[in-house]
Amino acid sequence: MRHKPGMRQPVAISSMSAPDVAGPQDYFDLLKPRVMSLVVFTAAVGMVAAVADGARVPFGLALASLFAIAVGAGASGALNMWWDADIDSVMARTVGRPVPRGVVPRAEAAAFGGFLSALSVALLALSSNYVAAALLAFTIFFYLVIYSMWLKRSTPQNIVIGGAAGALPPVVAWAAVTGTAPVEAWILFAIIFLWTPPHFWALALYRDGDYARAGVPMMPNVAGRAATKRQIFAYSVVLAVAGLAPYFVGMAGPFYLAVAAALGGVFVYLAFKTLRSGDEDKASAKQLFAFSIIHLFAIFAAVLIEDLVALHV
Amino acid sequence: MSDDELARKQRRRRNIAIGLGVAGFVLIVYLVTILRMQANLAAGP
Repeated sequence: MRHKPGMRQPVAISSMSAPDVAGPQDYFDLLKPRVMSLVVFTAAVGMVAAVADGARVPFGLALASLFAIAVGAGASGALNMWWDADIDSVMARTVGRPVPRGVVPRAEAAAFGGFLSALSVALLALSSNYVAAALLAFTIFFYLVIYSMWLKRSTPQNIVIGGAAGALPPVVAWAAVTGTAPVEAWILFAIIFLWTPPHFWALALYRDGDYARAGVPMMPNVAGRAATKRQIFAYSVVLAVAGLAPYFVGMAGPFYLAVAAALGGVFVYLAFKTLRSGDEDKASAKQLFAFSIIHLFAIFAAVLIEDLVALHV
Repeated sequence: MSDDELARKQRRRRNIAIGLGVAGFVLIVYLVTILRMQANLAAGP
């Protein structure tokens, strides 16, 4: 049952003056390029970390594997846009996507996503190994079935559990290079996994109307703003501590430790600021959301820089 | 330019993109196969 009582029915939005034939850019937009770029970056870091850990892989095969992971991430995005077309059509943030705009029919988005999913898993199996390919297939399945189809519309814990899909790319990449997924890969997973709730709840705090209109049970709409801010703060503290873990398991050095400690400190401070902001919390939530993107990028960049320096010394 | 012409142009661009995508995939599979053969040969029997 896709539409809960009280949930708006899909609204077909077509504000085009141009003919309603999709061009290459519309199909590219189905891949959620911004999400894809973050996936590629975190996967690349996982791959370089595995090489710094002693793994050896021909550069061309590593590039092909990274490409396969990117296509898999894009395929998940297209499948998500197919399934969530009704939600996307009532949210200001997503109303401009190709399916709600009426440029790409839902069935085409599904076919495009399904085709690219199969292609990406097959390519990863060819360029690396079956472990990585199976992990990529599981990631796509988890994002579409567990997150999009099940959790997103049924529980405010949707992005907590669903966040696993976005956290898996470094593990997939590590497995692509080594054929295994050791604890170091899962530490990178844990950082993204713990980062996801405060990131999306900060977004939900200042976009609460959007989610309420779409009937998506995000934490602020279900548990209230105060409870959400408390949870954001709790996750931020755990994230700040987890961010230090790469140093303590020996996969990162003092440079990383200093960067992670500083980033974690700022994250906790901004979460605390949001917690104490009372009813006028949208500005601080927006600030936290913006910083969370910088945080994830910078913490993975610190791992990457240290590993690249180590590989060239 | 009329809507029909725009639609035709858009469809043509899409078809070219599909063609390039398929050709690119074939090329990647070919290159990956060669690289894997090289890696396996280098690893020895």
